[in-house]
Amino acid sequence: MDAVKQYELNKGLAQMLKGGVIMDVTTPDQARIAEDAGACAVMALERIPADIRAAGGVSRMSDPKMIKSIQNAVSIPVMAKCRIGHFVEAQILEAIEIDYIDESEVLSPADDLYHINKRDFKVPFVCGARDLGEALRRINEGASMIRTKGEPGTGDVIQAVRHMRKMNAEIRKVVSMREDELFEEAKALAVPYELVLYVHQNGKLPVVNFAAGGVATPADAALMMQLGAEGVFVGSGIFKSGNPAKRARSIVQAVTNYRDAKLIAELSEDLGEAMVGINPDEIKLIMEERGR
Amino acid sequence: MVGVLALQGAFREHIEALNTLGAEAKEIRKLSDLANLDGIILPGGESTVQGKLLRELDMLNPLRDMILSGLPVLATCAGLILLSKTIENDKNRYLATLPVTVKRNAYGRQLGSFITNGKVGDFNNFEMVFIRAPYITEVDNSVDVLSKYDDKITGVRYKNQIALSFHPELSKDTRLHELFLSITK
Repeated sequence: MDAVKQYELNKGLAQMLKGGVIMDVTTPDQARIAEDAGACAVMALERIPADIRAAGGVSRMSDPKMIKSIQNAVSIPVMAKCRIGHFVEAQILEAIEIDYIDESEVLSPADDLYHINKRDFKVPFVCGARDLGEALRRINEGASMIRTKGEPGTGDVIQAVRHMRKMNAEIRKVVSMREDELFEEAKALAVPYELVLYVHQNGKLPVVNFAAGGVATPADAALMMQLGAEGVFVGSGIFKSGNPAKRARSIVQAVTNYRDAKLIAELSEDLGEAMVGINPDEIKLIMEERGR
Repeated sequence: MVGVLALQGAFREHIEALNTLGAEAKEIRKLSDLANLDGIILPGGESTVQGKLLRELDMLNPLRDMILSGLPVLATCAGLILLSKTIENDKNRYLATLPVTVKRNAYGRQLGSFITNGKVGDFNNFEMVFIRAPYITEVDNSVDVLSKYDDKITGVRYKNQIALSFHPELSKDTRLHELFLSITK
């Protein structure tokens, strides 16, 4: 399989995940709950972002044995996180045949300058982005899926909203430019001209774009979909809540029928306690600033 | 009007393929969307998610009845799993209108995904994109085999149902969508 075809396949898997919810899980039991609730994929990790935040210290790739136990528990795609720039963690995840690697700012960055050269891998990568420039730089490095960074582990959707709005506003700006202005825009965004041209001609990123960071309710998920997300990652929001199975199921349905307010009203009833959450303005560790 | 099931997965790609051919298509997200359809496409995605949503949104039995009474269907990847009467490695059954046995994730995880070229029915040199794809392990005598890869059945036709392991909506080739549209008229 040549590299071009491999990239098409990897973008294609992200296309199959669209309109779905990818859930963070830490045990095989949670993975099965997520699959039964309608997750289109799970993210296997030792600690969910809220607990990573609480624990502090250096946060690394999860134990491969734990990831394998989740791969064995479910039939849907399994993703796992490696640190930004830590290409050996990525090699390990590829070796255990993970379906998607998240080169993630939720873990402690291993490199403060360079991201992983994702073109070196057969396995697909998703990366976080706060704006169009970050998204296109990650795509240029070989990412086949993008998600907003949001502010992980807070249960506060404000950063995801900010990132999605900013990215879409920048896309609209590129679409409205004259072609002879795109060269300068490529320079300003620090990305190749060809990627800017693609955005100009198609009005979207060349890969699928999900929302992530702080999604805690069916309404949060539908908000991100109405703002243009093609699907949603839910991290701490599910298994830090009172009734994970019910909340997960409701978020899945809200993502499918994200414009049906009547249905979302029903889905929002009796969900039990939502994760408590913390205000991103009140925390010291801002994960979204990791990796530009 | 043709519909594309839009509960989860790659439905937009199918709508774009139909639009290229000058056909309109609507997204099917709830029970009332099923009214007055001339045909339906079941797209790729996760069969567990789509099947569960079909059930929760009370669409499973009405859609099954429509297919059994002759509604033309084009099903790709997860769609094939929804249609199959038997799923070898899954206790779930969904529409179960197609008399075949299917195996989920039959080529393994994403690293087992691949692209190949071959014959599909009357169409030569068709690009076939397999993503965590299923294949068909058994078919009823009345089922026509459209395509095979490595001796495994990857495409079938049975009366009004066309079902494929691969993703024609991800290639630029619209011949299978044309075939589907021709049976919706």
